[in-house]
Amino acid sequence: MTLALILIACVMLGSAAVAVTLRNLIHSALLLVFTWASIGAFYLWAGAQFIAFAQILIYVGAVSMIVLFAMLLTRQGQGTELPIGSASIMRALSALLAGGGVAGVLIGAILGSPLDVATSAPAAISVKQLGEQLMGPHAAALLVVGIILTVALIGAVLLAAVDPKEQPEDIT
Amino acid sequence: MTLSAQFLWLIPALPLAAAGIGALTPRSGRKTAAGAAILSLLGAFVLSCFALNGALADPTMHATYNFNWFDLGATSLRLGFLLDPLTAFMCVMVTFVGLLIFIFSTGYMKEDANSTRFFCFLSLFAAAMLGLLVANSLLLLFICWELVGLASYLLIGFWFHKPSAAAAAKKAFITTRIGDLGLLLGILWLQHAGGTLLFYDGGNGALESSVLASLAGQTVAGGLALSTAIGLLIFCGAIGKSGQFPLHVWLPDAMEGPTPVSALIHAATMVAAGVFLIARVFPLMSADLALTTVPVHALTVVAFIGAITALLGASIAVAQNDIKRILAFSTVSQLGYMMLAIGVGSWVAAIFHLLTHAFFKALLFLGAGSVIHAAHHEQDIRSLGGLRGPMRVTFATFAVGMMALAGVPFLFSGFWSKEAILHAAHLWDVSHLPFYIGLVAVVLTAFYSTRLVAETFFGRPRSPAAEHAHENSAAMTGPLVLLAVCAVLLGFIGTPAFPWLQAKLLGQTEIHGHSLFDGAGLMITSIVLVALGIGAGWAIYGRRPRANATARDPLEARAPRLFAALSNRLGFDEFYASTVFRLNDGLAIVSDRLDRHVWDGAVRFLALLGVFTGQVNRDTDEQGLNAGFTAASEKLRDAGKFYSQRQSGEAHGYLRTLAFGFVIVLLLVILGGAR
Amino acid sequence: MSPLQICLIISTLLFCIGLVSALTRSNAIMVLLGIELMLNAANINFIAFWRYGPQPEAGMGVIFVLFSIAVAAAEAAVGLALVIAIYRHRKSVRLQDAVQLKG
Repeated sequence: MTLALILIACVMLGSAAVAVTLRNLIHSALLLVFTWASIGAFYLWAGAQFIAFAQILIYVGAVSMIVLFAMLLTRQGQGTELPIGSASIMRALSALLAGGGVAGVLIGAILGSPLDVATSAPAAISVKQLGEQLMGPHAAALLVVGIILTVALIGAVLLAAVDPKEQPEDIT
Repeated sequence: MTLSAQFLWLIPALPLAAAGIGALTPRSGRKTAAGAAILSLLGAFVLSCFALNGALADPTMHATYNFNWFDLGATSLRLGFLLDPLTAFMCVMVTFVGLLIFIFSTGYMKEDANSTRFFCFLSLFAAAMLGLLVANSLLLLFICWELVGLASYLLIGFWFHKPSAAAAAKKAFITTRIGDLGLLLGILWLQHAGGTLLFYDGGNGALESSVLASLAGQTVAGGLALSTAIGLLIFCGAIGKSGQFPLHVWLPDAMEGPTPVSALIHAATMVAAGVFLIARVFPLMSADLALTTVPVHALTVVAFIGAITALLGASIAVAQNDIKRILAFSTVSQLGYMMLAIGVGSWVAAIFHLLTHAFFKALLFLGAGSVIHAAHHEQDIRSLGGLRGPMRVTFATFAVGMMALAGVPFLFSGFWSKEAILHAAHLWDVSHLPFYIGLVAVVLTAFYSTRLVAETFFGRPRSPAAEHAHENSAAMTGPLVLLAVCAVLLGFIGTPAFPWLQAKLLGQTEIHGHSLFDGAGLMITSIVLVALGIGAGWAIYGRRPRANATARDPLEARAPRLFAALSNRLGFDEFYASTVFRLNDGLAIVSDRLDRHVWDGAVRFLALLGVFTGQVNRDTDEQGLNAGFTAASEKLRDAGKFYSQRQSGEAHGYLRTLAFGFVIVLLLVILGGAR
Repeated sequence: MSPLQICLIISTLLFCIGLVSALTRSNAIMVLLGIELMLNAANINFIAFWRYGPQPEAGMGVIFVLFSIAVAAAEAAVGLALVIAIYRHRKSVRLQDAVQLKG
């Protein structure tokens, strides 16, 4: 059990770390697909099958596609050849400091907390139970999420749509 | 197939959906809107036939389906649907006539740019009307009643760029609203006194014996029974909607709308809603009949109002020149007949006449629409004439409608229903006056309908528009032929020998037929009167046709003052203008004065007070407080400048600050928690 | 270390990778992806606590993750649309270039 978890974690964290450091955006995005897929695997490991499939569908299927589209639509070409300036190095150092700080504090807190729970059998929750929960006590939240998604969709279309008043040469 | 009361809502829901489709269709999509309207009404017609089939299987039953609308404290407001022969017959009539009129409209409104909107409104009207018919609750009925009024307003004012149409729409809306106020008061009183607005509710409904007995047992001011008072208030609504005296003034003006609207709303269905309402609440209206001490019975009022209206409408119709106005006053008069029938206690005769009238009056209006459409919107019968040759189908069907209206014996439906009403009036034991008034109206009806046909179709064309008239397309003549067939055949479902309709409406399972010529003396009298009216009309207008459009009317030559009074509609509009409007204007002037001088003065004084306080404030402000505030705002500005430099707009910076802040806060918590 | 702690540490590391990505990269899309990673780390926490919590059969953690994924999807759609809108306006997706509300 734990071995499988460690394996999943290695793929997840490794691909994420490499994706963050690569300069080629397309490669980064493709590696992130691995990360998301391995997060899905983690959900499967934890016994949340439905969430795993949702993760695969939404992230690996949908979000990765719009990310790739956005990258291709905004590609500028010369980005990889730009020299790395001193400001960027300073920013990277401070970011590493911040990230390390957060990681240190959190891991310290985790290790310092009494979290030694007994390893029970995975408590699988069936889709039927999940559906009853969603439609019963959480129906209002479900409706709100539906509204949010609709509004986000319309908003995204409005934002990304070409303004007809813009000059034709502005559209590339 | 039958349709149970639970699914009755489907009948109004179909046209409502069509109205929604029509509202969403762009202006160019006239075919979509018209198709949706016609299909939905066809569906409603089929459903109504199923409902009729179900209702006829057991005519004694009032099948209901009631449900809670909402709760008000301990009581709850309930609505419901009702299926009995009355509802079912009305639904079939409305959907069938409506369907034919919709089809006619596709031809009539072909050239109108806004016909999408037109069909949307027509469907809305049909939905509201059908909802009114299937309601089992006075409240639901009232809601649909008002929706019907709204649709009527929209359709009368359909050509709102014409000032006369806009004014007529407002007039119709406001006049009917006066009656509706009475209806609303009646509804509220009924809810208060009877505790329910449902018609039938398994023994507890407002039209069932326990509630009726308690209503009839109480008396209100003037010795009236409570049921009489409520019944008369409800009758107010019917007076407004059905164009009864004294609120009949809106109906002739409503003819400003497109002719199919006049046919559907102001002849066949909506104006009949008042008659339907009184027939529906007939048990309430007649609850006081057993009491002998009350000063007046509700039905007596109904009978006299109906009789007055019948005579008034028929006599004014004699002197009108606009083809649609003649028909409008004829409608007023026929509705008066129906009210008369209800008043003398025979509501089945009223419904019989309502059904036959709906067919032949829709036929007459559509025929008039066909003439108007062919003659390039020439509506004045003085300028028409000679249309018999070029418009053969219209002439033949119009003549059938006219004979049904006049009551030509035996073959035409109007004869049998009118005969039923006269028969009932004759048997009324309170007074014979309405009966005699009805007989006079029979002569007048025959006279003016003969005049209408003779002036329009005989003689020579008296204007270029009439000369160039030609027959219309099949979309317009087809409904005319169908309606003409119905106008003939429909009479045979209620003849004295085989009163099938009456028996079903009354919930009798067996049909007690008399001889076909039951009450032959009365029948001969009315046949003689009809012959007299037609003969007089033909003698005056048919034998020597009018020479040209400006020639004087033969009647006008003989009795100029009477003719002028009649063609001026007996001065009702002027009377209202000089009384009601003047009172209204006076009240408005008083209110205006009050507003200008009393309230305005008070407001002005308060304003002056405010200005004075403001002045005082300003002085203290400028001299006392300002210096301190100036210094404080200098400091604030400096602080703002300092903080705004942190606000660089760079997202990375914000996020980094956030991360470091989070680390610091967490460290504090951990270190503090260790303590 | 218990399995719960391992899960939490994994999620912490993923969170920090996302944070570093959001802080270092100048491309706005990569910043958004970093934020997505941070959201995913939070979801892992929910699942871990649900798996080892006292009442796994109640399913609260799963439902929370479901809603969180829905909101994250909406955020990704709007965020990337914003990036494209900014790109069309400024011809750049560098976050440092987008420092003004007007312009």
